Amino acid sequence: MIYAILRRFGQMLFVMFGISVIVFLIFFATPGADPAARIAGRNASPEVLEAVRHSFGFDRPLYVQYVTMMEKIFVTGDLTSFVNRGWKVVPAVMDSIPVTLSLVFGAAILWVVVSIVIGIVAAATRDSWLDRLLMALGLLGISMPVYWLGEVMNLITQSRYHDSWAFSWVPPLGYKNFSDDPKGWFLTLVIPWITLAILYIGIYGRVLRAAIIESLQEDYIRTARAKGLSETRILLRHALRTSLIAFVTLFGLDFGALVGGSALLTEVVFGLHGIGKLTYDALQNLDLPMIMATVMYASMFVVVANAVVDFVYILLDPRLRTS
Amino acid sequence: MSNQVAAMSRRTRGPWAVAFAKLARNRAAMASLAVFLLIVLACFSAPLYANWAGTDPFASTLDAVIQIDGADVAVMEQSTEGLGLGYTPIGPTWRLGNYFLGADSQGRDVMARMLYGGLSSLLISGAATIFTLILGTAAGLVAGYFGGITDTVLSRFLDVLWAFPIYLLAISLAIVTISQGISIGPIEIESGSLWLPVIIIGIVYVPYVARPIRGQVLSLRHSEFVLAAINLGVPGWRILWRDILPNITTTLIVFIPLMMALNMLTESALSFLSIGVQPPAASWGTIIQDGQALLYTRPLVALAPGLAIAISVMTLNVFGDGLRDALDPRSKVRLGRD
Repeated sequence: MIYAILRRFGQMLFVMFGISVIVFLIFFATPGADPAARIAGRNASPEVLEAVRHSFGFDRPLYVQYVTMMEKIFVTGDLTSFVNRGWKVVPAVMDSIPVTLSLVFGAAILWVVVSIVIGIVAAATRDSWLDRLLMALGLLGISMPVYWLGEVMNLITQSRYHDSWAFSWVPPLGYKNFSDDPKGWFLTLVIPWITLAILYIGIYGRVLRAAIIESLQEDYIRTARAKGLSETRILLRHALRTSLIAFVTLFGLDFGALVGGSALLTEVVFGLHGIGKLTYDALQNLDLPMIMATVMYASMFVVVANAVVDFVYILLDPRLRTS
Repeated sequence: MSNQVAAMSRRTRGPWAVAFAKLARNRAAMASLAVFLLIVLACFSAPLYANWAGTDPFASTLDAVIQIDGADVAVMEQSTEGLGLGYTPIGPTWRLGNYFLGADSQGRDVMARMLYGGLSSLLISGAATIFTLILGTAAGLVAGYFGGITDTVLSRFLDVLWAFPIYLLAISLAIVTISQGISIGPIEIESGSLWLPVIIIGIVYVPYVARPIRGQVLSLRHSEFVLAAINLGVPGWRILWRDILPNITTTLIVFIPLMMALNMLTESALSFLSIGVQPPAASWGTIIQDGQALLYTRPLVALAPGLAIAISVMTLNVFGDGLRDALDPRSKVRLGRD
């Protein structure tokens, strides 16, 4: 088991290194234009360009530049924005992390609970109108752009039906710190959580339904029936438990991807000042150092999150310990 | 001769015919295909529509005046709220060819922009799908067939790319190329070009195709007919082309609609983040972004393109599922997104 964990750990380090090299090459070695001009942003003066060239070591070999960049992002953290002069990028990223995590964890809880319920109900009522309806809705959830869904939610809860009894509790867009105002924190995040969870509920409900139906064909289910167990018990105790393996694997993959993808778009629509909003604002004014930092931190988080899921998995599933 | 072939095919139908018949029996898949083709047709008629409606969907027309039931109506209405300084674009007139879905903040006909936007969304996702399939197949074939150090290097590279969150990779690629374009040797792509999103989306999904293809090629490589060919001294490229490629064709075909759906979502998201299609060109993503500012006053500007994306992606997914069930029921091609 130690070997399996070490192996996975080594793999994680390799992927982290690989991603950092790719980011470096994209930002500093993409052919077509002077990287200093890109980093300094629009209409940079010659002095600024010279300063950028000097501080990133563009006159030196590539590997020195790589080390310089990594040092600026992860060690000294003195990467500064050139669009917002002198703005330290790394602290800004750090400040935004709790917002993104609040959004992502809440949505994950919601999507796991709801999709398990949907998967069970759909599998239990297989081929009925309820099953068909749930699966069609799941497909719709997968097919909608998340930021668009967010706008529809805003339109309903902030504008059109805000004065009705159903949505009068929805606070204006924005984020409240958990430590200052726990209730406000919860209320501002409810709609973003639902929005983000809807797409994943679609996928997971479908996956779980398929896995349950597949496991209902297994021999041990027949044995359970022969023992005279009730259908509910067979479904919940025998079929569901094995089906959750596929579910957990998927969850590990998607939870990480969520941080670097849909959560970003959700933050933009709901004005939550997380990493996604930070990236979005930086994209609008071509603030490359900021994007470098957000991309690097977010993808490192994703890689670590995936590895953690795998560690848990190794602990849970004895078969993985030896391979 | 042709009668003979027809007679033979009636007796023993080939796998393609069987698959096609199975697909044709799947009503949901066929209906989805029909709806999607209708959307494609509508989008490709965008220039015709704009011409017929006499509107330029790329030029700002703030002072335009249109005729509704014989009365002159300004496209931009003086705002009645607050100090009355702002202007609100007109809402939907529900008259085809005459601001059917209303105007956007620059007085442009939203319906015409929708069609043009759909055209670029479809073209970009289609081209990106082809790009991904070619690159992914090439990488998968080479890695799976030649093995050894080639496989190790390629596979590790694909692993890293796979672990890189799609949108973050796409954002990085987009932000460095968006302002100054890119030039690799003789190929030069300007900053506003539609090829940029094609290449970016094409690259980020390569591992999604290459990894399963590599696995298939690897098992085919050790199958008896390939070993026989190798021992007969058939050159490697010929084996790849004649023995291996035909065996992965079904997988590749199954990828097309699912990939296309994924690409449409990615393209629109990048355009929404303003790093995809650049103004004045439109895509469904950019129109949603334009509509964000008008969300509470003229919600249709943002709602219509989103609905178009959702319908296109949904029909592609349903059709893709049907295609997979017909061609390759055991395949593990997953419907999903990040």
